[in-house]
Amino acid sequence: MEEINDNQGIAGQARNDDNEKTLYTITIFSENMVGLLNQVTIIFTRRGLNIETLSVSPSAIEGIHKFTITAFSERDDIEKIVKQIDKRVDIVKAYYNTDEDLVFQEIALYKVSTQKLLSLDSIEGIVRRYNARILDMTEVWVILEKTGHYDETQALFKELSEKIGVLQFIRSGRVAITKSKVERLSDMLAAMEEKLNRKPTIHNY
Amino acid sequence: MKEINDMQGMAGQARHDKSAMGHTLKGTGADHDKFKMKGAQSLIEALLHEGVDTIFGYPGGQAIPIYDALYDYKDKLNHILVRHEQGATHAAQGYARVSGKVGVTLVTSGPGVANTITGIADAMMDSTPIVVIAGQVPSNLLGTDAFQEVDVIGVTLPISKWAYQVRHAEEIPWAVARAFYIASTGRPGPVVLDIAKNAQVGIVDYRPVSIDHIRSYIPVPDMEPERIAEAAQLIDAAQKPLALVGQGVILGNAEKELLDFLRKADIPAASTVLGLSALPSDEPLNVGMLGMHGNVAPNLKTNECDVLIAIGIRFDDRVTGDLNSYAKQAKIIHFDVDPAEIDKNVKVDIPILGNAKETLAAVVKLLKENKHTAWRDEFKAPWEKEIQVVINKELHPGTGPLTMGEVVHKVSEATGHDAVLVTDVGQNQMMGVRYFQFKQTRSVVTSGGLGTMGYGLPAAIGAKFGAPERTVCLFTGDGGLQMTIQELGTIMQSNVDVKIILLNNDYLGMVRQWQELFWQERYSETLMQNPDFIKIAAAYNIPGRLVSEREELDEAIREMLETKGPYLLEAKVVRKGMVYPMVPAGSAVTNIILG
Ligand SMILES: Cc1ncc(C[n+]2csc(CCOP(=O)(O)OP(=O)(O)O)c2C)c(N)n1
Ligand SMILES: [Mg+2]
Repeated sequence: MEEINDNQGIAGQARNDDNEKTLYTITIFSENMVGLLNQVTIIFTRRGLNIETLSVSPSAIEGIHKFTITAFSERDDIEKIVKQIDKRVDIVKAYYNTDEDLVFQEIALYKVSTQKLLSLDSIEGIVRRYNARILDMTEVWVILEKTGHYDETQALFKELSEKIGVLQFIRSGRVAITKSKVERLSDMLAAMEEKLNRKPTIHNY
Repeated sequence: MKEINDMQGMAGQARHDKSAMGHTLKGTGADHDKFKMKGAQSLIEALLHEGVDTIFGYPGGQAIPIYDALYDYKDKLNHILVRHEQGATHAAQGYARVSGKVGVTLVTSGPGVANTITGIADAMMDSTPIVVIAGQVPSNLLGTDAFQEVDVIGVTLPISKWAYQVRHAEEIPWAVARAFYIASTGRPGPVVLDIAKNAQVGIVDYRPVSIDHIRSYIPVPDMEPERIAEAAQLIDAAQKPLALVGQGVILGNAEKELLDFLRKADIPAASTVLGLSALPSDEPLNVGMLGMHGNVAPNLKTNECDVLIAIGIRFDDRVTGDLNSYAKQAKIIHFDVDPAEIDKNVKVDIPILGNAKETLAAVVKLLKENKHTAWRDEFKAPWEKEIQVVINKELHPGTGPLTMGEVVHKVSEATGHDAVLVTDVGQNQMMGVRYFQFKQTRSVVTSGGLGTMGYGLPAAIGAKFGAPERTVCLFTGDGGLQMTIQELGTIMQSNVDVKIILLNNDYLGMVRQWQELFWQERYSETLMQNPDFIKIAAAYNIPGRLVSEREELDEAIREMLETKGPYLLEAKVVRKGMVYPMVPAGSAVTNIILG
């Protein structure tokens, strides 16, 4: 099994280029329809914006999916992109936040050689220091798991790859929760229900 | 990549739960209303339920079941057989633009639907409500590179308001209801329905479906009373207000409210190309057209007004020129139904979301009556100048070859300024919109946002079906006409009464104009060797006449208008004519070349 070294290089590079830009987290609630992800990503494509991380899963509200996307951008651009996403018929709601408004995590898995891991002075030390845990192990490999911010999962990657090498590495997209009390979507859906009860139809053709 | 695959897997598993998507079944529920039929027939029934009376289309293998169903509905649904699917979409656009109804296009899979792409993109840019229905290979063959399979949804998603693939017959009434609801509400646009063959032949219990809301979709955002009040205050205080009128006024049926608004506060108003005819040409508050080839006065005054009131416009670069110098001195109020337009190109001080019909009415209520006589007088001098330097030369050249402007002007006059103007793209378009005049709304059919050559002829066909009682005059170029000239066949077969005025300069004139002005007269590939257009028309049984002498023009126009049915008037116009005034692309709106 080959060890991977490039990973850090590539990821680090992309981030440096975007130094003056802010990392925005875009949250999107959508209907669960075929091609939804495509509808979202083409809007990034049109404006030439890279998606840093992406995670998609069913939301707390039945039938509605939640996308969490991060991207480096300027505020003006992100504002326009979010409006254009929100405009799509099948998107229920889209908004953006900066890190201050959010609690967020990424999860990373690291596969390392058991033998090399054992050769370290203190396995316990590294696991403790990084608040990582061992998920699975065989005589050949150990799988470590760590959740945290990008910098934290990256730091462990760096230390492991420098000391013993990493056989496989994967990091998830960001998941995030806003610090405000309620999920905004439920507010919005409630408001919509109310409006529909008030106003009957808008059939204008 | 892994996430992407998983996502699609999930979406595939959880077959959409339609009841969660806000559709309501509005049949009477009585048993006799339920009857078994093929999906294809349910499609026709659903179209009739939406009030469709005309379809523009072209058959093919994967649409045969739909065409077969159509065979039994000839008395209820008028299908116009076009000669190319692009023509079907432009015809649907023309129909929609003049009638305010949804235009419908029906085509087959693969090459058929691929030919509609230009029309879909055009309708997206110009917010034109059309529904494009395409046959698709059977569901079990999707994704296998089956014969005439194209990833229609993948291709059309970025250029449509909504695109949906129907894989089961039972979905058809729901999908049609949704398509029409989405195409026609809020900011209108094109919707694509991709209907797999198996769904067309599958048997369903048809019940009509109506949709009046979709939970993920807010067609018209709520009006914000505070903003309305702020806007009224700002307008009351303005010394030099200027209103910019866009197609949003027409799409929102807000023509009357606009006039009330302008008159109460005495505000001069200029129009974008697509906003033309929202105000009558002879309305004293109408100060002309904006943009690259617009009138001098409103372009200049854009950078002198103190309050700029944009109504249903999207600040296209052909209107604004250089954004860094655009209306910097003014406070800007922007009325629009689409929140994504707010601050997109121009930062505004007061955004007013909602339908212009309601928001304008709300503002009018709060406004003080006002007079801006001195300010309105300021428009006179630049107008005089434009008339002297540009317009008189164009409309009354006296000697020399015919000019485009004089032909347009004469046709407008001969039709009492009350015909529908359809244009192609190029110099003919700009001369058309500059010199044609309007008495009633929905009188302009032109490709504004996409600038699609070849749009004119099929759009004129659609316009005639959308407004059969009106005279439809198409101005087209020698280049653009040849892009969709095969639609002369449609005109012949369906005997469509359109008056085609070909402004023939034997050049791709507008490109040539740019080459002359900005590319050292290096006329690279803009000279056209043209066929005998009158002979071509004759081959389609369309009468016509070639005019190159000024003395003949009036008589030829009279003949054209008196002829029942279609007519081609080919005017040989000055070969190297120029459209002036011109604001060069990307420069300030005040930087105007007068010639
Ligand atoms: C489909 C398409 N191809 C190319 C262009 C670029 N284009 C814009 S105007 C123009 C010239 C049009 O020539 P013609 O139809 O003869 O009209 P004229 O300008 O001479 O009136 C061209 C090539 C376009 N707008 N659309
Ligand atoms: Mg030409």
